[in-house]
Amino acid sequence: MTQFQTETTDTGIGVVRPVGRLNMVAAPRLRSLVAELVARGTARIVVDLSETESMDSSGLGALIAGLKTARQAGGDLRIAAARPQVEAVLDLTNLRRVLRPRPDVAGAFAGD
Amino acid sequence: MSRHRRTVWTGPGASSARELADRETVAALSPRVPLTPGLVGLRVLVVLTAVLGLNYVVWRWLESINWSAWWIAVPLVVAETYSLVDSLLFGLTMWRLRRRRRPPPPPEGATVDVFITTYNEPLDLVMATAEAAQQIRYPHRTWILDDGARPELQERAEAAGIGVITRSVEWAGRQRHAKAGNLNNALMTTDGEFVLILDADQVPDPAILDRTLGYFRDPQTALVQTPQVFVNVPEDDPFGSQAPLFYGPIQQGKDGWNAAFFCGSNAVLRREALMQLGVSRYVTEVELAVTRTLRTADRVLARARRGLDPSQTEARAALDAVAGAVARSRADLRAGAALADVTYRFQQQVDAAARRLVDADVTALESDLAEIAALSSELDAEEAGPAELDRAALARLAHRDWSPLGAVETVRALVRAIDVDRDDEAQPLMPMATISVTEDMATCMRLHALGWRTVYHHETLALGLAPEDLGTMLTQRLRWAQGTVQVMLRENPLVQRGLTPAQRLMYWATMWSYLSGFAAVVYFAAPVVFLVSGILPVQALSADFFLRLVPFLAVNQLLFYLIGRGKRSWRGQQYSLALFPVWIRSVTSAVANVVFGRSLAFAVTPKERQAQTRRPWHLVRPQLVVMALLVVAAVVGTVRMATGQASALGTAVNLVWVAFDLAVLSVIIKAVRHRGPQVEPAEVPA
Repeated sequence: MTQFQTETTDTGIGVVRPVGRLNMVAAPRLRSLVAELVARGTARIVVDLSETESMDSSGLGALIAGLKTARQAGGDLRIAAARPQVEAVLDLTNLRRVLRPRPDVAGAFAGD
Repeated sequence: MSRHRRTVWTGPGASSARELADRETVAALSPRVPLTPGLVGLRVLVVLTAVLGLNYVVWRWLESINWSAWWIAVPLVVAETYSLVDSLLFGLTMWRLRRRRRPPPPPEGATVDVFITTYNEPLDLVMATAEAAQQIRYPHRTWILDDGARPELQERAEAAGIGVITRSVEWAGRQRHAKAGNLNNALMTTDGEFVLILDADQVPDPAILDRTLGYFRDPQTALVQTPQVFVNVPEDDPFGSQAPLFYGPIQQGKDGWNAAFFCGSNAVLRREALMQLGVSRYVTEVELAVTRTLRTADRVLARARRGLDPSQTEARAALDAVAGAVARSRADLRAGAALADVTYRFQQQVDAAARRLVDADVTALESDLAEIAALSSELDAEEAGPAELDRAALARLAHRDWSPLGAVETVRALVRAIDVDRDDEAQPLMPMATISVTEDMATCMRLHALGWRTVYHHETLALGLAPEDLGTMLTQRLRWAQGTVQVMLRENPLVQRGLTPAQRLMYWATMWSYLSGFAAVVYFAAPVVFLVSGILPVQALSADFFLRLVPFLAVNQLLFYLIGRGKRSWRGQQYSLALFPVWIRSVTSAVANVVFGRSLAFAVTPKERQAQTRRPWHLVRPQLVVMALLVVAAVVGTVRMATGQASALGTAVNLVWVAFDLAVLSVIIKAVRHRGPQVEPAEVPA
């Protein structure tokens, strides 16, 4: 079962860390976690993929849904610390064209 | 309702049986088509048909056209060429005819959602299908996707322990995309690995999943389609509802080329394939929308600027800021920056410009208010209250839509479009294609383009209801044809990347067949022209002509006959010509829709019979006019021959032609006279 760890940084950025596999079973949970964060006023979100072993297209779909939710609240969603398997699905679906993975969580919103 | 006999898949038994099963599984999943003696014979016939057909049509173009009557001669030779291409494409389809045998057993522990799509069908009908779906043996969850959001259906489904999915709030005020939208909505709220899609009137067999899931042992398989068969159709099938040639040899032939079609119902799909399609489409569409908007942005901004009053210097400055942001976004994209980053920066810059604009207004407002306050305090020192400003309200003013920038509608739309949230759609991911009124074909083609495989499993595993009145039938055929032509115009398979040449031609073949309405008109007109005026579209009815035409027609019919193997394919042949007004309208309306943006006047196919008080002759007026013309021409032609004004040979040939045309069109009379099952009259005591 995929676990999700969430925290808010000092600079008010929400961090969601899926632990395990981000697949079609876990994707709805990620979507609602992001929606909850945004509803509570945290519209700048980093999805920390350092503990995410693998991801399928439903997982990518949840990232896109989260991106939409954050954008519509005037914020943004970024992904960080992706492992090679996740990098590979980003390439396969061409999603890298839209979402550029950041090397680490700390720098995800650097400069913005 | 009768169930079909079938062999039951037996679980693993003795080791030899298991080996055999493994070998069968490998064979069932292999993309190779076994070369049986039957297939070799078929291929010989296909080649023969092609050679004879080319021999005839090339000669027609080069040697036989009666140029003095070009106005009928050229349309006829074009129509004949159309038919030859149709026949060649049919031959190509048959080349890799694949009769799959026993399906492999389902993979262990697969999770499945069964979707029953409904909009306005009677509740009893929906519930009957849903309850049959519950009885499907393989473990699954059953959902009714009610696009009508009917509370009574919700109640009855819940009582039966069946889930109901209706559109989420995001769909309010946005394009609904009919059945494709309904399915896309449901895909976001469920999580099964596989999805079985059923129309509201397709009652599934309990074994439907056991017989289809096994094909997904191949991780590249995205879809398994089974036939659509109708139970409420009489033996002689007056409306041509059953499609034994399509749900049979044609799908089996396409299957051989890895191009088995998705037909919207009675099919199992792999969620991963659909979601992958959704994600890659999302990327394509966002990229397209952003680059297109950035390209046209200068023009939009220049127009907005011209609309400004010369005194509006702040607004002018804000527009300049937007123009600067546009230029920077273009440069960033060219440098290869990701779309989310480019658009985020763009939105930030626009927000900043809007804020500056509001701040300037507020400063002016504050100084005005200060003056008023000073004045009023001079008048009455105790009533200075109302001059306070609501800071929160002012902050809201700086929001994109409310700021003075947003007041210019075109600028607002521009700013909205340079984003990655697809604000115009209810959800960013649309796995089922929304470019056509029939979502299935476009979705399937995109799956093939991504490299997925599809399977046609030739076993009746659901029994459906066909239209029982002519009007409904015509509406349904028109919709299918329109959908197909829409896809042909919007995403022409011949130029789609990722498809194999054979896949391109398999899609093209189906689209091509919907152009038959134009050829039909020519085939009706040519004999009438000769019989009435004596004008022949060919130079002479020479021996050459017959020696080339007759063998082609004979072999072509033989091929058809052997492939049909006793199936009733004549009904289908009749309708492909007799519904010429429907096919022509489908092309003209789809062209008007795709090219000129007009509405298709799309109608949901009613599942209930339309009230039928008198025979609907008015629905087939064009066909009746053509039949009358053919009969009159036959009479005139006979008289002309009898009085020596026309040659006996020419008249005889054209009379045979007229007889064929009338035989084709006669199906229309049958259809009009047909009455669906009548309600039993109450018994009157003697």
